[in-house]
Amino acid sequence: MTIPLIVLIPFLGAALVAWAGHHGRLRSAFAAAGTTLGALLLLIPSIGEVMQGATLLWQFDWLAAAGLTLSFRLDGLGLLFSLMILVIGLLVILYARYYLSPNDPMGRFYAYLLLFQGSMLGVVLSENIIQLVIFWELTSISSFMLISYWHHRDDAREGARMALAITGAGGLAMLAGFILLGEIAGSYELSVILQSGDTILNHPWYVPTLVLILLGVFTKSAQFPFHFWLPHAMAAPTPVSAYLHSATMVKAGVFLLARLFPALSGSFEWTLLVGGAGLLTLLLGAYTALFKHDLKGLLAYSTISHLGLITLLFGIGTPLAAVAGVFHIMNHATFKASLFMAAGIIDHEAGSRDMRKLNGLWKYMPYTAVLAMVAAAAMAGVPLLNGFLSKEMFFAKTVNISTEGMIPWLPMFATLAGAFAVAYSLRFIHDVFFNGEPIDLPKTPHEPPRWMKVPVEVLVVICLAVGIAPAWTFGPLLATAAAATLQTDLPEYSLSIWHGVNPALIMSMVALAAGGLIYALRRPLFRWHDLTIGRIDARTFYQWLEQALFRGAEWLNDVLQRATLQRMVLVLVLASGTLAFFGLWGFGPLGGEVQLTPLDPISLLAGVILCIAALGTVLLHRQRLLALLLLSVVGLIVALSFVKFSAPDLALTQLSVEVVTIVLLLLALYFLPARTPVESSAGRRGRDLLVATAAGLGASALTWAVLTRPYESIAGFFLENSVPGGGGTNVVNVILVDFRGFDTLGEITVLAIAAIGIFALLEGLRLTAPETDSSGRRWSWDLHPVVMASFSRLLLPLALLVAIFVLLRGHNLPGGGFIAGLITAIALITQYLANGIAWTGSRMSARLNPMIGIGLLIATATGLASWVFGYPFLTSTFTYLHWPLVGKFEVASAMLFDLGVYLVVVGVTLVILLQLGHLHDVNRPHSTAGSPEEDA
Amino acid sequence: MEALIAIVIGTLTACGVYLSLRGRTFPVVLGLTLLSYAVNLFLFVMGRLTIGQPPIIRDGASYADPLPQALVLTAIVISFGMTAFVVILSLRARAEMGNDHVDGKESE
Repeated sequence: MTIPLIVLIPFLGAALVAWAGHHGRLRSAFAAAGTTLGALLLLIPSIGEVMQGATLLWQFDWLAAAGLTLSFRLDGLGLLFSLMILVIGLLVILYARYYLSPNDPMGRFYAYLLLFQGSMLGVVLSENIIQLVIFWELTSISSFMLISYWHHRDDAREGARMALAITGAGGLAMLAGFILLGEIAGSYELSVILQSGDTILNHPWYVPTLVLILLGVFTKSAQFPFHFWLPHAMAAPTPVSAYLHSATMVKAGVFLLARLFPALSGSFEWTLLVGGAGLLTLLLGAYTALFKHDLKGLLAYSTISHLGLITLLFGIGTPLAAVAGVFHIMNHATFKASLFMAAGIIDHEAGSRDMRKLNGLWKYMPYTAVLAMVAAAAMAGVPLLNGFLSKEMFFAKTVNISTEGMIPWLPMFATLAGAFAVAYSLRFIHDVFFNGEPIDLPKTPHEPPRWMKVPVEVLVVICLAVGIAPAWTFGPLLATAAAATLQTDLPEYSLSIWHGVNPALIMSMVALAAGGLIYALRRPLFRWHDLTIGRIDARTFYQWLEQALFRGAEWLNDVLQRATLQRMVLVLVLASGTLAFFGLWGFGPLGGEVQLTPLDPISLLAGVILCIAALGTVLLHRQRLLALLLLSVVGLIVALSFVKFSAPDLALTQLSVEVVTIVLLLLALYFLPARTPVESSAGRRGRDLLVATAAGLGASALTWAVLTRPYESIAGFFLENSVPGGGGTNVVNVILVDFRGFDTLGEITVLAIAAIGIFALLEGLRLTAPETDSSGRRWSWDLHPVVMASFSRLLLPLALLVAIFVLLRGHNLPGGGFIAGLITAIALITQYLANGIAWTGSRMSARLNPMIGIGLLIATATGLASWVFGYPFLTSTFTYLHWPLVGKFEVASAMLFDLGVYLVVVGVTLVILLQLGHLHDVNRPHSTAGSPEEDA
Repeated sequence: MEALIAIVIGTLTACGVYLSLRGRTFPVVLGLTLLSYAVNLFLFVMGRLTIGQPPIIRDGASYADPLPQALVLTAIVISFGMTAFVVILSLRARAEMGNDHVDGKESE
């Protein structure tokens, strides 16, 4: 249980720190440090066990059906990274407390930092790889927020966006790769994947899987050609650069190389892609670093170069190279974090990071200078420092490879990169601390506060200790981490300073000497660089690509979604038509061989009338009232077809919906022009006609193809279980309120939302109604004929009785909540139509919104009630009661649900129609006072 | 009978699509209503044409497929909700924009 807690603590701490930040800057710093320390203390008890070679697992079934578990794993590699994340994190928190200026909100900074810390711990401690991707993306997001911490600066915003775009895109590719990997291995758990190396390597999907995963690795670890985001991320506050962009986050990519080493390495493709990218990045980074005038720019490219070195080591693919890779991860984290902190101190106390201005700082800050020099020497690979050891292992590996006949020129390139590393380290020291006097510095440099130096001191001491006595310091941790990386026994390797005079030592010496020479020749080199390679900027290409993407998206948007509805509908119809066409292409003969139903004359007549009415609606659509009347004919015949084909419930529903729809459209038509003007060109009408005809033919063909083929239905289940399971003989209703009750609950919710939306749209709506009809006649004031008014009042109780009857019998005979609701609504609407708003409104409240809410609540409560009895949501129950006079009567909980449906339908229908009706009342051209309506 | 149903559904679809492509709100509403008739009918006849056998349990009877019926029943009611929403939206648009064009502006 402690492993997930270690990951969780920083996330909880982030909230605490953000809150503490409101109560004082220092409190947030203490809270952040306390959180990190807490996570570290939780980790410590497990160290002993892991050092013995144990792998601690913790698992929780999350979405077991989808194969997703929440699982964590602590082994040697995870332990190494967790320690790095927490220890360096603690140092960075201490450092940042002095680094941030009083104007910077500290709570926010530490909250982001802890968010990152938790995400990064999640990456290195995940056992499930999908879960790993989630944490991976969280590191990208928290990195985005940290880079853009000074969000008033353009470069910070741009750098953050670039980093997010590149690492985010890589993360997506990696997710795809992980899904392939999980499918190949048959599990998303690392324990299984790491044992399935052979299966994975021989699988036909191996190459796509590898490429996709490497895209994630290379973008995160700033490998060529994705390296250029890292220098721009230097717009972040320096503690962030030290923590995320040198020691931890950019190591996530190489962490993954180490993590998946047993599963993916050992193929030609692996060596080519990983080794190739690593070598290119190593050289490019080392070369470019020398020419950066910005201290942090130099360190950024140096970081890129060292990440390339680690990648190359994993790419070489032998167990010994992997050990060297893990070792260099540790060493680089210590010396580079301390160098970034030193650069931050210089920036903080001298006011500039430009090496053309910073000179001769030795006089002003000798103590910092010593620390920086030791760390820089480690970076250069000077003996007695940790950087020397891993670099020597690296040189030795390149020699081994070339003597085995592969890549003979590798040692040469390695030495060249080493020489450039020496040269830029020399520049870091010589340019900043010596080389004359400072030029135009905004303030006089001085030593930083005492405690700001402590984190640098700690790291530098580690560099020295490891460099002098590697076997006693990092030795055991390295062995554990390397063993966990390889998942097999460790190869023979020796951690000592002196191995005798061997090729690796000679290469180290050559690199040191050549580095000195390159630095001595820097002036002509700088001139040459500025005229040639210095003009190439990957950022230019990135910006061009970004702009091209935006332009492409705008173009596509314009084509598909220009702000005209007609175009969008056309695109929609054409797209669905095209998809259907290709989907059904080659489907076989159009018709099947099922026995057809004989055609009777009455059906034929009804069909012909329907088609004439539909075509008439189109032909006469400019005369809107006529078109509406024809439309209602179509609706009535559709209802009749439901009667014909054994669907009484549908027929009842269609009939009542038809009534309310036509009333609604008539009400609306009052406020709309009575005629539609001719405005489309003949060509456009022809095109639309063509599209519509094609759509119609497609729909006909599809219907014909389906109806003439045999079919199997799951209807048998519902028919068999309706009475024993649902207690009702009307299967359609039982499906609605019982079997598929959850769907119905969703549907009445949608209805309720539509009604509320309509209510909001009509709120405060002012429309001018025409004074006359389209032919210029004034409206008649004789709105409510006496006969109709009297009859409607007589009919009301009868209609309501019918509605209740239909509602109650719905479980067994055609009817139910939907139909009863519509009948009730129509009965009430009739009162409005026959008697006028004033008369009806004074007798019945028009505020029906609560009714919708109550209906929804009843339906939901019925569902929840089954939980109380320990059944799944919306499980129904029923029994039979014997009532006097009525006799045997069924009571089912589903009927209560149907009551909810009923109330919602009544409420929704009335809200819509009454709101629209009241609009008439408000917007009458003449005052209604004294009109016959009042007297009715 | 199957051919008749296919022709009816095709006609409703064609008329619905044509009206949906018009430039004024009211014809578009009519078109959407015709389209929803077409869709509801189409879904309904997926249970095939059965005459005189409503899915109400009786002794020794055979039944029409109840499942498409249940689906279409709610679809009809939801279509009404949708139509109502679109109608009111077009009224609101008329009030705000001063015309009843679907894009809120008189075409040039």
